[in-house]
Amino acid sequence: MGPHYTTIHDEETTWTVQYAIIPRFSQAPLLDNLDPKEKDTMEVTQVLLSAQAIDSTVRKHAEDTLKQFQEQNLPGYLLSLSGELASEEKPVESRKLAGLILKNALDAKEQHRKYELVQRWLSLDVAVKSQIKACLLQTLSSPVPDARSTASQVIAKVAGIELPQKQWPELIGSLLSNIHQVPPHVKQATLETLGYLCEEVVPEVVEQDHVNKILTAVVQGMNANEGNNEVRLSATRALYNALSFAQANFSNDMERDYIMRVVCEATLSPEVKIRQAAFECLVSIGSTYYEKLAPYIQDIFNITSKAVKEDEEPVALQAIEFWSSICDEEIDILEEYGGEFTADSDVPCYYFIKQALPALVPMLLETLLKQEEDQDQDEGAWNLAMAGGTCLGLVARTVGDDIVPLVMPFIEENITKPDWRQREAATYAFGSILEGPSPDKLTPIVNVALNFMLTALTNDPSSHVKDTTAWTLGRIFEFLHGSTVETPIITPANCQQIITVLLQSMKDVPNVAEKACGALYFLAQGYEDLGSSSALTPYFQEIVQSLLNVTHREDAGESRLRTAAYETLNEVVRCSTEETARLVLELVQVIMAELHKTLEAQNLSSDEREKQNELQGLLCGCLQVIIQKLGASDTTKYAFMHYGDQIMNLFIRVFACRSATVHEEAMLAIGAFAYATGPNFAKYMPDFYKYLEMGLQNFEEYQVCAVTVGVVGDICRALEDKILPYCDGIMTQLLKDLSSNQLHRSVKPPIFSSFGDIALAIGENFEKYLMYAMPMLQSAAELSAHTSGADDEMIEYTNLLRNGILEAYSGIFQGFKNSPKTQLLIPYAPHILQFLDSIYMEKDMDDVVMKTAIGVLGDLADTLGSNAGSLIQQSLSSKDFLNECLSSDDHLIKESAEWARLAISRAISV
Amino acid sequence: MATHELRRPFKRPAISDQQRRREISLQRQAQNRRDAQHQARCLASTILTLQPAQYEPAEPDLQLQSETELIPELEIESQEHRRDLRDIDDVRQASRLKGVEARQWFAKQLMLPEWMIDVPERLNTDWYVFARPAGKRCFVVSSNGTTISRLRNGSMLHRFPSALPSGARTSKSSHSGQSYCILDCIFHEPDQTYYVIDMVCWAGMSLYECTTEFRFFWLNSKLVETGACDAPSSYHKFRFSTVPIYNCDQEGLNAAYTGPVPYVKDGLLFCNKHAHYQSGNTPLILVWKDENCSQYVIDTDSKGQVPNKQQVVLELLFDGKLATSDDPPVIFGCLNEDFIQEV
Repeated sequence: MGPHYTTIHDEETTWTVQYAIIPRFSQAPLLDNLDPKEKDTMEVTQVLLSAQAIDSTVRKHAEDTLKQFQEQNLPGYLLSLSGELASEEKPVESRKLAGLILKNALDAKEQHRKYELVQRWLSLDVAVKSQIKACLLQTLSSPVPDARSTASQVIAKVAGIELPQKQWPELIGSLLSNIHQVPPHVKQATLETLGYLCEEVVPEVVEQDHVNKILTAVVQGMNANEGNNEVRLSATRALYNALSFAQANFSNDMERDYIMRVVCEATLSPEVKIRQAAFECLVSIGSTYYEKLAPYIQDIFNITSKAVKEDEEPVALQAIEFWSSICDEEIDILEEYGGEFTADSDVPCYYFIKQALPALVPMLLETLLKQEEDQDQDEGAWNLAMAGGTCLGLVARTVGDDIVPLVMPFIEENITKPDWRQREAATYAFGSILEGPSPDKLTPIVNVALNFMLTALTNDPSSHVKDTTAWTLGRIFEFLHGSTVETPIITPANCQQIITVLLQSMKDVPNVAEKACGALYFLAQGYEDLGSSSALTPYFQEIVQSLLNVTHREDAGESRLRTAAYETLNEVVRCSTEETARLVLELVQVIMAELHKTLEAQNLSSDEREKQNELQGLLCGCLQVIIQKLGASDTTKYAFMHYGDQIMNLFIRVFACRSATVHEEAMLAIGAFAYATGPNFAKYMPDFYKYLEMGLQNFEEYQVCAVTVGVVGDICRALEDKILPYCDGIMTQLLKDLSSNQLHRSVKPPIFSSFGDIALAIGENFEKYLMYAMPMLQSAAELSAHTSGADDEMIEYTNLLRNGILEAYSGIFQGFKNSPKTQLLIPYAPHILQFLDSIYMEKDMDDVVMKTAIGVLGDLADTLGSNAGSLIQQSLSSKDFLNECLSSDDHLIKESAEWARLAISRAISV
Repeated sequence: MATHELRRPFKRPAISDQQRRREISLQRQAQNRRDAQHQARCLASTILTLQPAQYEPAEPDLQLQSETELIPELEIESQEHRRDLRDIDDVRQASRLKGVEARQWFAKQLMLPEWMIDVPERLNTDWYVFARPAGKRCFVVSSNGTTISRLRNGSMLHRFPSALPSGARTSKSSHSGQSYCILDCIFHEPDQTYYVIDMVCWAGMSLYECTTEFRFFWLNSKLVETGACDAPSSYHKFRFSTVPIYNCDQEGLNAAYTGPVPYVKDGLLFCNKHAHYQSGNTPLILVWKDENCSQYVIDTDSKGQVPNKQQVVLELLFDGKLATSDDPPVIFGCLNEDFIQEV
């Protein structure tokens, strides 16, 4: 939806344009002299139409007027918009925009804003809300399709706010009564509304009786004897969203049979959109109700295989997706089995893929021949051949060795054919099955194929074939080359040829060159753990030079070639050995010179600046990898430190050329640099500090904020107490971050950990922050102590949060140890021990939290000593929890526990 | 309700290198944090036990035991401490200390002289003398391929590669964790040299229990062998040097007092040949200063001229004694309690 000329966007698809700060309207407000009734009837329509005018001044003026109306009289504003939407006398354009603005007034992408809007709606006068809701429901009967559809979405948004609050209880009843109305368009709009409603609210807030009635209405609407295609399509799409409500119904054989029959029938509808929507339902059923599929799988195979062979592409793609998602399910289940069947697994594997294999594989192989000419250049391409090959790869991961004999004949038959499509399809099939089957099965085949592949990459006339060949080589190196593989496929005899061919291919067209870089990436990775000597050493210089040449290609911006070249360079450096340390040092100067060059560029267009920014990211990323590599050994570290001042100067300049934000990659690089530099990093702090602060203030790009928080830890460990002068500023920012509800929650656990880093670095000087940090830690601890009813994702986050809190406590206790100010911590001890006890009793902490938690017990005992002796003895943690940790199989937990035991025994024996 | 996106990654690695860089950084940071915490904890026990016998009983109201039980226990503990101080494991741990713990440990470990206010008995047979270099007194610790110097307050002065055993990551150096050194040094700014005035541990061997005579012998024979006294190079950032040590006969005293040395002198140090290395002030090391052998014997103004009056800052100690702020302090006198009350 959305008219052509408007800057008011659908909140769900774009950022908040509507809330951008618009300068105050200077002339007398247009609407002030009119009474509200008149405003509704005359002005709003005109303003809404003007807001879609081609002339941007008119548009701007109208937007300002709307904004003002909203600020001056929100209830009146919302009422007039709902009235506009409901009125059959108004033009469709103004009705649609009125609906869109209403929808944006109820929901926003950004969590914080969304929360505000929900609160704002809930606090509106009940009478106003009733009137708006009545207008919305009335609009569902409108003869104008756009008005109905817009109203459906707004109703769902209101339901999303009100149903969890147990408000608007009559909504579902009144919608369902619409279903029995005669005009098909009302039925269609109602089904669409039910679909949006199921998307908007969580199943828990709808009672089972209502769920049953919704499903009945939806499934009836899908039925083949429903004569109206619009009704049937809306019903099918509604079912897609309603499936997550149907847990109980899918457990009932009769109800499930009925739903499955209706869905399968809909896949045979003469209307392509209905067939597509029905296959989408099947895909969703495949992953939501995998364990209920067995009785239907044969029928589903027949339906999908017919669709893949005969139907239009959008339908065929959904049919392939069904099998891909079944693979996803079985891969997950088999992974949980860990290769062995355990009776207590949640969901058993039904081996649908294994059973379907003899028919499934030929069906997928056939799709591989349906490539599009230019798919390798088109970033957004997705077609039958791509989907089929992807599914084949998933099948290989699901069944392993069994797939090999089914695919080999296809490869052998097609790989030498004159038609590029056949050669490409054969190569793609080969590349797709390299992950899953055992090396024993694949190595003999690869040994034969490798030479053929290298020749094809050099000589094949088709760049499609070369692209896929280079990708396949990358897969060979990724899965069959490395220290864990018993029979090496790369030998001194073929290594040189492989490298020569790959380096040559890096001069090919961008998409082929990019794949060649990717292959080299995995080739290098395979030598990662081989100790002091690498087979790549003799070629190191040549490889690095070739990659640098790629980065300088004029067309390196295409097919993300430049990025691939730098990524490969990074991997080559990571996997290099001492033998080439000198060359890596030389590379430092090259990359620094490149970075310097980007900083000298003047007067760039915004497009050029964006590219420059991206290039700086790649170069800082590369420097980061190099710093980490050279910093890991003292010999190379000291040699590298000659460039310390220059490098730091460059990073500071990278920061300076952005006005508001710091560069994540440069920040990561500085973390590695600070770690390598140690106490001498102090001299860079005066210049660097403001960017550190800026990074900590970056709520919007939370990754930058998170990375900066990590760097605070690096700097603490590097500077030790020399960080003290900067701590006031850093702590202020960190505390602000924690209090912000704008900041992404994933940044909060590392912020707590960094409290620990700071305390460990500055010791008892942390005293002045205790009164701020401790209450925050305490309230976060209370929140994270209990997880009842949380889902896996929430439990995982809670454990991250607990770990952060515990690391903070650890650092604080250790920092205060042997200080006369230790007694300042005594008042906090009871709460901390209680926190440890309650997470122990909750029984859902992971190993990391367990290790940190038992460590905190030790730290507390160690620092507070006899002052906390009796408290410790009373705690559950010092007995059951400690004993459990002492007998843990995890040696890190055991080590922490041993230490805690020692510290406790000292504390209580004095 | 639009159709649902079903595009899957095509011919791309599942993880981007950028994500990989982030993850590797996070792993490194987590590891560093674990190391830092581990170090802090290991030190816990060591610091407590390595403190020389200044054991203060905990405050009575916090005591769980009765007085009678307490006394024998304390004695046992003190003995343990004394044994621990010599315990090679503890010293080896100390050589690996980091951060706050290292500062706290090293701040307590240097052997400090008293002023020479009379002539000790058997000076000419039982004592050594040498001209003390002017500069920063510090402990130099080499271990695990790096060398760190720490000042008297425990804070770090330099971190650098050196030719000391385990002092740098070079192919020839041994990487054994056993091989570490702790040297008592003075860092002499003008020639950027560490003058080694005592040797506490050498190549993993503790010299705490050895006599000064042996330590000096070992120092003079071992230090040069390593190349630590060579000119600085990329794997050896600062030169080390021994100081000429003399017996306290007339010739030796004269040589130490007037003989030329490559460094600025700051008094004479007298060391008893039979003393063990011991933390804190000891009467077995004595310092002598006068205007001939130290530039710091009297105050000068910024132009180097001696002012009319010498100022002295006196510190009132808890027992009523007045001491100078010299290093070591000189007790000037004692105030009676009534006077302290009045002040």
